[in-house]
Amino acid sequence: MNALSQKRHYIQVLVENRFGVLSRVAGLFSARGYNIESLSVGAGQDPSVAQMTIVTVGDDHVVEQITKQLNKLVDTIKVVDLSATPFVCRETVMVKVNTTTRPEDRQEAFRIAEIFRAHIVDTSPATYTLMATGEEEKIEAMIGLLRPLGIKELVRSGTIAIAREEVKPSSKSSRHESEITA
Amino acid sequence: MVKMTGAEMLLECLKKERVSQIFGYPGGVVLPIFDALYKDPSLSVVLTRHEQGAVHAAEGYARTTGEVGVVLVTSGPGATNTVTGLADANMDSIPLVVITGQVPTKMIGNDAFQEADIVGISRSCTKHNYLVRDIAELPRIMKEAFYIARSGRPGPVLVDIPKDVIVDRAEFRYPETLALRGYNPTVHGNRWQIRKAAGLIAKAKKPVLYVGGGVIASDSHAELAELVALSKIPVTLTLMGLGAFPGDDPLFMGMLGMHGTYAANMAVHHCDLLIAVGVRFDDRVTGKIAEFSPHSKVIHIDIDPTSIRKNFRVDVPVVGDARLILSDLLEDVRKIRDEDGLSDIGEWNDQIRGWKEERPLTYRHDSEVIKPQFVIEKAFDLTGGDCIVSTDVGQHQMWTAQFFKFLKPRTWLTSGGLGTMGYGFPAAIGAQRAFPKRRVIAVTGEGSFMMNIQEMATVASLEIPVKIVVLNNKYLGMVRQWQEFFYGGRYSSSFVGQSPDFVKLAEAFGVAGFRATRTDEVEEVLLKGLSTKGPVLMEFMVDPEENVFPMVPAGGSNIEMIFEAPVRPSEKPARSSRKEKDSVITA
Repeated sequence: MNALSQKRHYIQVLVENRFGVLSRVAGLFSARGYNIESLSVGAGQDPSVAQMTIVTVGDDHVVEQITKQLNKLVDTIKVVDLSATPFVCRETVMVKVNTTTRPEDRQEAFRIAEIFRAHIVDTSPATYTLMATGEEEKIEAMIGLLRPLGIKELVRSGTIAIAREEVKPSSKSSRHESEITA
Repeated sequence: MVKMTGAEMLLECLKKERVSQIFGYPGGVVLPIFDALYKDPSLSVVLTRHEQGAVHAAEGYARTTGEVGVVLVTSGPGATNTVTGLADANMDSIPLVVITGQVPTKMIGNDAFQEADIVGISRSCTKHNYLVRDIAELPRIMKEAFYIARSGRPGPVLVDIPKDVIVDRAEFRYPETLALRGYNPTVHGNRWQIRKAAGLIAKAKKPVLYVGGGVIASDSHAELAELVALSKIPVTLTLMGLGAFPGDDPLFMGMLGMHGTYAANMAVHHCDLLIAVGVRFDDRVTGKIAEFSPHSKVIHIDIDPTSIRKNFRVDVPVVGDARLILSDLLEDVRKIRDEDGLSDIGEWNDQIRGWKEERPLTYRHDSEVIKPQFVIEKAFDLTGGDCIVSTDVGQHQMWTAQFFKFLKPRTWLTSGGLGTMGYGFPAAIGAQRAFPKRRVIAVTGEGSFMMNIQEMATVASLEIPVKIVVLNNKYLGMVRQWQEFFYGGRYSSSFVGQSPDFVKLAEAFGVAGFRATRTDEVEEVLLKGLSTKGPVLMEFMVDPEENVFPMVPAGGSNIEMIFEAPVRPSEKPARSSRKEKDSVITA
């Protein structure tokens, strides 16, 4: 398959909030050789369902199979490939960095936190723990800047995604329309 | 309302689902269920001699009747022994409900005696599975299990029931309705797509119907026959589809694929419209996918949306039940015929007739050495095809598929997708149990037969009159054939050599045994065997080096069929030099 046709897809999966469902979904990916870049699960608005966001990479053919195979699982209620429509995705990261490697590191860490609108959620004489939320590029950029300080520990939540609310044609301005199609 | 135990409740659920036959094997945690069965004569149990045999028997039962096959086994090894059967049923879309015992809920995860995480193990080889964690869930889960097994694309469902749930007591209430919001198979095909398909059919100059097990599963052979009668479109069947269209019909081209007929493979290659019904474009059918049916538009009718475009491009996909779709399609094609007429495909059918005559299925008859194909042909002639035939896996399976003409659906049992050696004999037991008066023949080889030979005790003790035909060529024949063609004739681990004396072995089990070693004994042994009451084993000592032809070498295009063993240029010098050496030594 052409490497250029490989695209990142954000797939929302609504499943029965039952024992063993996560392993069915994860098992499907491993059994059929599909990639999972990230997977996050949480209870849905209705406690009987769980909401998954799966980030996967593949060409159209593979992603078509992934969504079909997910739909085929008895415990799957709904599958939406968000990549076809406008959507918002966010990830949260918590990074514990050294702040004593170089003399100015404590201030540098503070500055980086400000730039990325990260919160310092824990502090010790030799470390800060930064928490930031954003799109993957932002998270990667922050991690890149923190690396010279010495990252002690890093935890990422995995991406969650949600479709943007569709704007009704009547209330849609022409400018907005062109934005969406672009 | 009286309270009942989980075991009693389970049997009530089975009765609600109109089950009358169970295949199984008892053990520790399921003893209360077998005890309840002992007291309840309305459910009959076939005790097989291995749990794998029980699952294949249930498959045979399900495939011949169209109903859900039921298996009951114990926890741990009982459960793990069902895995091959589950995987087989999952690949071939056979509806099963397999009930396994489990250690008590509180002990799960503690590595208890005979504990196995069968729900985890079987997840990827079942359509769905359940662990019953509370007796209150049992009726709902059983109802869902049967519904899921038989609806949509059928398949096996496993229900794991811990010991404490089996002995717990509760009131029994079988749910009237199902609430499965995540499972709702599409049944009716999209009318717009069907109309498009009809349009393509009406205009095609060189159409082919490529039909598989889906037509048998959905009982749509009558609709298929009508469509063929109306359109005169030639038909090829997959291994799983044999029997969906009469094997003696002039428009039948035979099976396609790796060991398909010349005519079928040529027709699929040259057609301008491929109408695929209840098939999944398996690699044994398509050969090299890039060169499969290169000139055709493709209509694909299947109930499983994941089958569509999984392996092959499709122009008009129609998801739904083949019977409903074919009857809608018939309506549309008839309408077009009445309004504009259908295109004439007489020339195309002439071309196919030419291919059939050019290279029919054939073999070299020998008046001394028994040719395996001859045994199959004779079995067909003597029975007139009025029987149920099962096979194991290998050369004998392909010869049966090629030379036995299946006239009706649900008379052919073979392991298509998984290719399970050891499938055929137990499957025949299940079929015979479903149809005690019909003739059931299990064709097998000396390799496959050994994989579930213990079931001879089952047929002997229950007097299940299965007729076993063993084609003994002293080799794992298909392995040997590949080694001959593609591995320089190095017969690594494929020579079986000394098999037991099957006739004596049959007698030891209490099964009548006959043997033929020469061609002129074949008919006599078959006649004797088929007319003997009760279970019979007939062993035919066949040509050890006979090959299955035509053959598409693995990875090759379907029109690159070979009709004789390939010449191996690299082998020639080696062999001749050895000959020289030999002659030097002898000289």
